[in-house]
Amino acid sequence: MADVTAATDPGPKTGSTADAVRASLARRNRKQKILQVLGLGAISFAFLMLFILIASLVSSGYQAFTQTHITLEVFIDPEEVPLERLPRGGFDDVLEASLASVLKDVDPDDRATMRALGGLPSNGAQFRLRDRVVEDPDLIGQTITMTVPVSDPYDQLNKGLIDRRTPEENRRLKDFEIAWFDQLVAMEAISKPLNTGLISNPDSRFPELAGLKGALIGSFWALFVCFVISFPLGIGAAIYLEEFAPKNKFSDFVEVNINNLAAVPSVVFGLLALAVFIGWFGLPRSAPFVGGMTLALMTMPTIIIATRAALKAVPPSIREAALGVGASKHQVVFGHVLPLAMPGILTGTIIGLAQALGETAPLLLIGMNAFITSAPSGPFDSATALPTQIFIWADSPERGFVSRTSAAILVLLGFLITMNAVSIYLRNKFERNW
Amino acid sequence: MMNDMRKIERDTAVSDIKIHARDVQVFYGDTHAIKDVSVDILDKTVTAFIGPSGCGKSTFLRCLNRMNDTIDIARVKGDIQIDGNDIYHPSIDPVQLRAKVGMVFQKPNPFPKSIYDNIAYGPRIHGLAKTKAELDEIVERSLRRGAIWDEVKDRLHEPGTGLSGGQQQRLCIARAVATEPEVLLMDEPCSALDPIATAQVEDLIDELRRNYSVVIVTHSMQQAARVSQNTAFFHLGNLVEYRETGQIFTNPEDPRTESYITGRIG
Ligand SMILES: Nc1ncnc2c1ncn2[C@@H]1O[C@H](COP(=O)(O)OP(=O)(O)O)[C@@H](O)[C@H]1O
Ligand SMILES: [Mg+2]
Repeated sequence: MADVTAATDPGPKTGSTADAVRASLARRNRKQKILQVLGLGAISFAFLMLFILIASLVSSGYQAFTQTHITLEVFIDPEEVPLERLPRGGFDDVLEASLASVLKDVDPDDRATMRALGGLPSNGAQFRLRDRVVEDPDLIGQTITMTVPVSDPYDQLNKGLIDRRTPEENRRLKDFEIAWFDQLVAMEAISKPLNTGLISNPDSRFPELAGLKGALIGSFWALFVCFVISFPLGIGAAIYLEEFAPKNKFSDFVEVNINNLAAVPSVVFGLLALAVFIGWFGLPRSAPFVGGMTLALMTMPTIIIATRAALKAVPPSIREAALGVGASKHQVVFGHVLPLAMPGILTGTIIGLAQALGETAPLLLIGMNAFITSAPSGPFDSATALPTQIFIWADSPERGFVSRTSAAILVLLGFLITMNAVSIYLRNKFERNW
Repeated sequence: MMNDMRKIERDTAVSDIKIHARDVQVFYGDTHAIKDVSVDILDKTVTAFIGPSGCGKSTFLRCLNRMNDTIDIARVKGDIQIDGNDIYHPSIDPVQLRAKVGMVFQKPNPFPKSIYDNIAYGPRIHGLAKTKAELDEIVERSLRRGAIWDEVKDRLHEPGTGLSGGQQQRLCIARAVATEPEVLLMDEPCSALDPIATAQVEDLIDELRRNYSVVIVTHSMQQAARVSQNTAFFHLGNLVEYRETGQIFTNPEDPRTESYITGRIG
């Protein structure tokens, strides 16, 4: 009513209203400015933190994406490796002899020197040689060319992580060892290719051999089991609660408790799984199957909540349209509402699985942090998962695991970022304007 | 079952009353939205429901195809018969009823599917077509009845949501007639349309009267005057006046009707 009088009365009142508006406008604009600045500040802070995180991981982890290798001409001496004793044999001696033959000032009869020389190639080199010879015993007596990883201290040296100026007694490599390495570099026997072993090797006590294969496969099986359990159950529960359950005290109670379930700390699920799945049901420890079931307990509430939100977001006009032509409740839900909610459900599911992928505590409790040097061949084999592998490596004393830990974190983050990108892509692609 | 009803009707030779409602009450929780409404709606006639917003027009309309059943808190009392058959009788399945009583909504709501599938959906779920050819025939016939065939016949497999608002609404009308209903309920079908699209839909409604009993809710008295033969005026959940359209506008009996049509309430 006030504005009506103002409009009909062109007297001084109009002027004072305009003044009042102008005064309050300045105040309102100032408030908006402050809000904008605060918002930008918060976003900048978040980005800065993300940048610091990634930068520190990259700076300590990038070295692990390459691995120093040595190329050797190896004479497979029939005296050291007799055919009839295969697969046993003095493969380490063969390697040492081959090194001794190319290096200056090495006395092949001095045991201490030879032992030091044996520490130059990775401990795994002799097994690789053995595998080749076992596969093709005709190689005995021949000279073959092999490229094998060097052991961790030499890898560190090559990457500049061992300071040559440190006094010899505090250094992991003695002066003569460094001299050997420099000779090999001069001979162009040393190379630093991409470290494919980081992905293709299982875990190992030796950093230069340790890889994520077991953890990747373990995580894959755990996520697979988690998805197979939580996706149908979560969607089923959500559809029932959202579309069919009567709205009463009981459904309110269920609703509250699903939200509670989503908020339960993951370590609690780990304890539950330990007691129930392993304790009562006697399922194997460290198995990705058990890990997947545990993760499913945590992912299911996320999927239920996301599915219910997606179902709610389907406009009532679509339900009415279907009901109006005589579709039954069941046909409305499965023929119209669910397909339209699917992008939202998938987005929520992927986000839930991404959370599960990074989850560590419950997997530690069910023993998925065991030291296992072979990749699992199925969901019931013992395995680690990506986050627990990171946990193991971070806990290892060898220097070479420092950069590998960061590299493994980067691999994990890579997967998480990919999953989140897929979910955002799905959301944008199927976003609808009704 | 509906056939039986029609036979009874013919035998007893009542009149051409299609919908017979007595003492209908609707409650939303504690809200008494429809109070003691009794009305007889004729076959092959357009009946308009007018009244101020919130007076219960939509609520009463949705009683006629039991759409209120889908609202948890809604309770319906009283007696509603279509062709002499109680539609709230326990033996009546609302799903089957809704195939016989089509509905068109305020906002055009085609399914996000092709034009063809929009029309074919109802016949498919009710098993009205045995072969693809039969279904094609139903789709074409329905689109023709919806006065939209010529505009869409070359793009039947494009999404229905890509049509203009007026075309979408006619598509929805075509979808409603595809299940061969006997009654068509329309809840403010033109309120989201521009004047040209409105005129097209109004022409269509007049056309539909030949085959169906049409009940239309409208907030526009001009529209009621243009398309309907009978008009019911609702006010605060009561049916105040129900008469021939011409009479109700020129010669209202109830003072509330008069105030409404002269613009004093609503
Ligand atoms: N789903 C519902 N839940 C609760 N109250 C409702 C619902 N739908 C309508 N009402 C109430 O019923 C009354 C009649 O509404 P409605 O039939 O939509 O009126 P109209 O269509 O004439 O504008 C209004 O008071 C409205 O608030
Ligand atoms: Mg209404």
